[in-house]
Amino acid sequence: MARLELRVDRIRCDGAGLCAELLPEIVSLDDWGYPIVAPGAVPDVLLDHARRAVEACPVLALRLAEPRRASTARRATASTPATPRPAAVDIRWQPPRGA
Amino acid sequence: MNGPILPRLLAGPPLGAGTESLADHVARIGRAPVGGPWLVDELDASGLLGRGGAGFPVGRKWRSVAERPAGPAVVVVNGAEGEPGSAKDRALMTLRPHLVLDGAVLAAETIGAEVVHVYVGAEHVAALRTMHAAILERGAGWRVPVFLVAAPRGYVAGEQSAVIHYIEAGDARPTTPYRPWERGVDGAPTLVQNVESLAHVALISRHGAGWFAEAGRAHSPGTALVTLSGAGLRLGVREIELGTPLGEVLDSAGVDRDALRGVLLGGYFGTWARLDDGTAALPLDPVGLRERGLAFGAGVLTLLGRDECGVDATARIMAFLAGESAAQCGPCVFGLRALADATARLAVGRAEPGDLGRIERWAAMVQGRGACAHPDGAVGLLASSFVAFGDEYARHAERGDCSATPGPAMAARPAGAAA
Repeated sequence: MARLELRVDRIRCDGAGLCAELLPEIVSLDDWGYPIVAPGAVPDVLLDHARRAVEACPVLALRLAEPRRASTARRATASTPATPRPAAVDIRWQPPRGA
Repeated sequence: MNGPILPRLLAGPPLGAGTESLADHVARIGRAPVGGPWLVDELDASGLLGRGGAGFPVGRKWRSVAERPAGPAVVVVNGAEGEPGSAKDRALMTLRPHLVLDGAVLAAETIGAEVVHVYVGAEHVAALRTMHAAILERGAGWRVPVFLVAAPRGYVAGEQSAVIHYIEAGDARPTTPYRPWERGVDGAPTLVQNVESLAHVALISRHGAGWFAEAGRAHSPGTALVTLSGAGLRLGVREIELGTPLGEVLDSAGVDRDALRGVLLGGYFGTWARLDDGTAALPLDPVGLRERGLAFGAGVLTLLGRDECGVDATARIMAFLAGESAAQCGPCVFGLRALADATARLAVGRAEPGDLGRIERWAAMVQGRGACAHPDGAVGLLASSFVAFGDEYARHAERGDCSATPGPAMAARPAGAAA
C-alpha cells in the first residue's frame, strides 16, 4: 500500500483544531490554533485515525495524499544551491550577557 | 559585438529623453529574429537567471512550457513590481518598452502561446501608459492577442499564482501551490516572466549566449538593473555587471560609505548586511550573495544611514509585510502580525520580557506554512536583521536604548505596528 502524507490546505484551514484533537500524534497547534503537521508518511497504525481527522475537518482542508513528486524533485535538487532558503529557523543569536 | 560592456538594457538615447519609440528601437538594434526551439537552447547556454527575485534559470522555465505534451499555452509579462524598494521594472517599461515586448513576442513564438498578458502594476501609471502605447505602436504586427492588465496594488499581487489568479478571476491573491508551467491561466501551461528577464531575452536573441556571458560572472552572467535608495539618496536605477562589488556601486553613485550603517539587499524578502570592512567587497549577484547567506532578489539596494536604526527599519518592514498578507492562511495572518508587533515593541524600547525568545519561536513556527512564500520571505528578512543588528536588538531589549537614535529621539519614534 502506498505511503500517505497528511496535507493541509492553508487557505481553507480556519483553525478549528479538530485534527489536533483526533490525531495528536501527528498534528499539534501553533500559538494561533492552526495545525502543524509532523513531516513524513502517516504510520500504518495511525491511518484510521488520520482518516477520521480528514473526515472531521469542517472546512475540508485536510487530506491524505501520496507524497508529492514535486517535493521529491525539489529535494533532489536541493543539494545544488538552486532555491535560496531563508535562514528562518536559524535565529541562533543570543543577547550577550552583561552588555 | 565589440564596445563597452555597459550599458545593455539602458543603452540607446539618454535616459532623460524618455521612451524609445519602436522606430528608434529597430533602427538601433534591428528587428528580433523569430523565436523557436533554438532560443530555448540559446537561453540555456546563456545562463540567464530570472530577474524577478527568485533567480530561476530562464531557459529551464521556457523549456518546461515549450515541451508540454499538447494544447495551448499562455505568456504573462510580469511588471507588477510591488516591491517598495524597486523601481527598475517600471524604469525599463517606461524607457525601453520595446525590449520588453520583443521578449514577450519571442516567448510567445518559442513556446507557441496563443495569448500574451502584459501585467503592469496599476500604481505605475507612466509604465502602464507607455506599455499601452507601445503595444498599439506595433499595430498589426501582433500575431497573437495581447491584453494589457492593470495589476492591483499590493505586495503579493506579483506573486506567480496571484498573477494567474487575477488574470483568470480578478482576484490577485495567491492560490494553493501548483505548477503554472503545467496548469496556469485557464488551465493552460503558462510562462510568467519578469519584464527585465524578457528584455535580456530580446538582446540574447540578437547577439547570442556568448555575447551575454561576456558580462558578469561565470555563475551569474550578464548585467542586471539595480535600484538604489535610502539614506537620503534619491531613488535611482542603474545597470551593473553581475558580480560588481557593492562598494563600487556605492562609490559610483557618490554614496559616502562612512555615513552608512547597513544595506537591505534584495528587497523586503531579502537580507540585511551591516556595513563593515568586508561589505564593500560583497559581489552583487545571486550566486555570490547566496554563498554568503545574503540575497540579490530583485536587485534592491536600500541603504540605512548611520543615524538610522536597523531594528526600527526592520520593524517598519515587518509591519508593512504583515499588512500585505493576503489574509488567507492563519499562520501568515496571525504570525506576521505577532512578529511585527513584537519587533515594533523592541524598536521603541518597550519590549516585554521574553520578546526576543518569542520572535525566535514564532519565526520558526510560521516558516513554510503559507500557501505562498510570503511568510517565509518576511521571516527570512527578520532573521537576517538579527544576524546584522544582533547587538542593537540586545541594547533595545535590555536597556530600552538605541545607539543610532539614543534617548528622547527613540521615545519619540512612531511606534509603528505596536501603536
